Amino acid sequence: MTERPTAADAAWFAGLDPGDVDGGARAIRDGEADQPADWPTLAVESGTVDSEAGYYEWLREAAVHATRQVVRERERADDRQLVHAVRAMDDCQRTANELAERLAEWAGSRYEDVGSGIAAARALAERESAADADERVVSLAQRVVDLDDEAADLRSFIERTAPEVAPNLAAMAGPVLAARLLSLAGGLESLAKKPSGTVQVLGAEDALFAHLRGQATSPKHGIIYTHEYVRGTPQANRGSAARALAGKLTIAARIDHYSGDLRPSLQAELDERIDAIRERDSE
Amino acid sequence: MTTDLPDGVERRPFGDATALATQGEPVYGEPVVDGWRRWDPTRSKLGAMLETGLDTGLAGGETVLYLGAAAGTTVSHVADFAGPTYAVEFATRPVQDLLDVVDDRQNLFPLLKDARKPATYAHVVEPVDVIVQDVATRGQARVALANRRFLADDGRLLVAFKARSEDVTASPDAVFEDALSELREGYEILETARLEPYHDDHLGVVARPHDDRTL
Ligand SMILES: C[S@@+](CC[C@H](N)C(=O)[O-])C[C@H]1O[C@@H](n2cnc3c(N)ncnc32)[C@H](O)[C@@H]1O
Repeated sequence: MTERPTAADAAWFAGLDPGDVDGGARAIRDGEADQPADWPTLAVESGTVDSEAGYYEWLREAAVHATRQVVRERERADDRQLVHAVRAMDDCQRTANELAERLAEWAGSRYEDVGSGIAAARALAERESAADADERVVSLAQRVVDLDDEAADLRSFIERTAPEVAPNLAAMAGPVLAARLLSLAGGLESLAKKPSGTVQVLGAEDALFAHLRGQATSPKHGIIYTHEYVRGTPQANRGSAARALAGKLTIAARIDHYSGDLRPSLQAELDERIDAIRERDSE
Repeated sequence: MTTDLPDGVERRPFGDATALATQGEPVYGEPVVDGWRRWDPTRSKLGAMLETGLDTGLAGGETVLYLGAAAGTTVSHVADFAGPTYAVEFATRPVQDLLDVVDDRQNLFPLLKDARKPATYAHVVEPVDVIVQDVATRGQARVALANRRFLADDGRLLVAFKARSEDVTASPDAVFEDALSELREGYEILETARLEPYHDDHLGVVARPHDDRTL
């Protein structure tokens, strides 16, 4: 006769030392049982805990821990969605601009003063299209408008989700730059593992390779150039500003990856550092 | 009929009117007078069920399995008057607020699980006296049937069915009829009531498990 597993073997606390919160959390997340059982009583009777009160205290701690872990993991998984979204946004914007150029050229051959760019496409899309070529021009204008609208929607999606995926990074870099950094690094985990010097030049790979081939000076900043703290700092001190910003963004990415708690002091430290760097210049 | 409120739930004065209330830390900006938090029936299906006078059978101190806990608005009141309370929710965003509610309540256990897959939490949840269900997704009756295994023989299922979660085109009455007949596969229906004016197109249902536990 084979031993039938007893109910207690399926319990989340089976085989754990009392009070083991990590083990309990893992069992709560990954375990299964076909049927419920009177777990509190089983835990006391098996001697795993010495009272029901002690059981519930342990269960609560382990359940909270398990929940936090899953929340964090799912958010981390969402960094993939953010990366796709920012790439799609850039593609939509670039394609809209290219098509707008083509459109301006074509429309210019048919109408007076069409102007150029997305604004011109928006105006053209409003026209009553008569027939034939005009109809095609207006229809093309509508496609440009659609692409531009899609880019705007993608941007709102990024703005909404980046603070959930990487709260500290999004707070300091802004949601779109945060998403771009994640995209260039290939996700939150790899961004968190990069040294700050690499983060500083992310997005400047072409310039970096030129430098390594001895054809150019070393780049002082990559995509973080779009941050006000770099762009708004006078040329002479921009390298220092970029270094300071990259340093804090790297820390932000690490906190986001490993703990996920918002740490507002980080922003305050960066503000101070940048003020000091800009001070230097005014002397 | 008039029904008694469970111990720990009272009708208390708030300004000019009286309202349901429980004792605990506030959660959603509700008014608190003398330590009693107003339980807003427009934000809580269970609150509305108590307001409409459905006989929930709740006495206070029960062990509860709550399905669809969201940010914890209702389950916070439940934990104020009940015993051990297991709160199942599968969306990560509301669960983060739920964790704050758990912080202030020693008898509340959060479970980030799918209520359609009870085996993923049966190793944690003990048999309960009451299941409260407010999941507002398709297949609400199936969720109640799948979770029947947790309910004691004389336990109560308190479920709010949302018509639009099942079918946006059919009339609410038709949707409720379908849901109830499916529910009868595992439960005996004791009482139902529409939750207007607190919630449009919602049906509150009190049920208990069938004798036939083979399902
Ligand atoms: C109407 S809200 C619940 C509000 C909550 N009961 C209250 O009164 O505070 C419905 C919740 O059920 C959750 N839900 C839907 N389907 C679910 C499932 N299969 N498992 C767990 N939760 C689910 C949704 O994520 C949502 O948070």
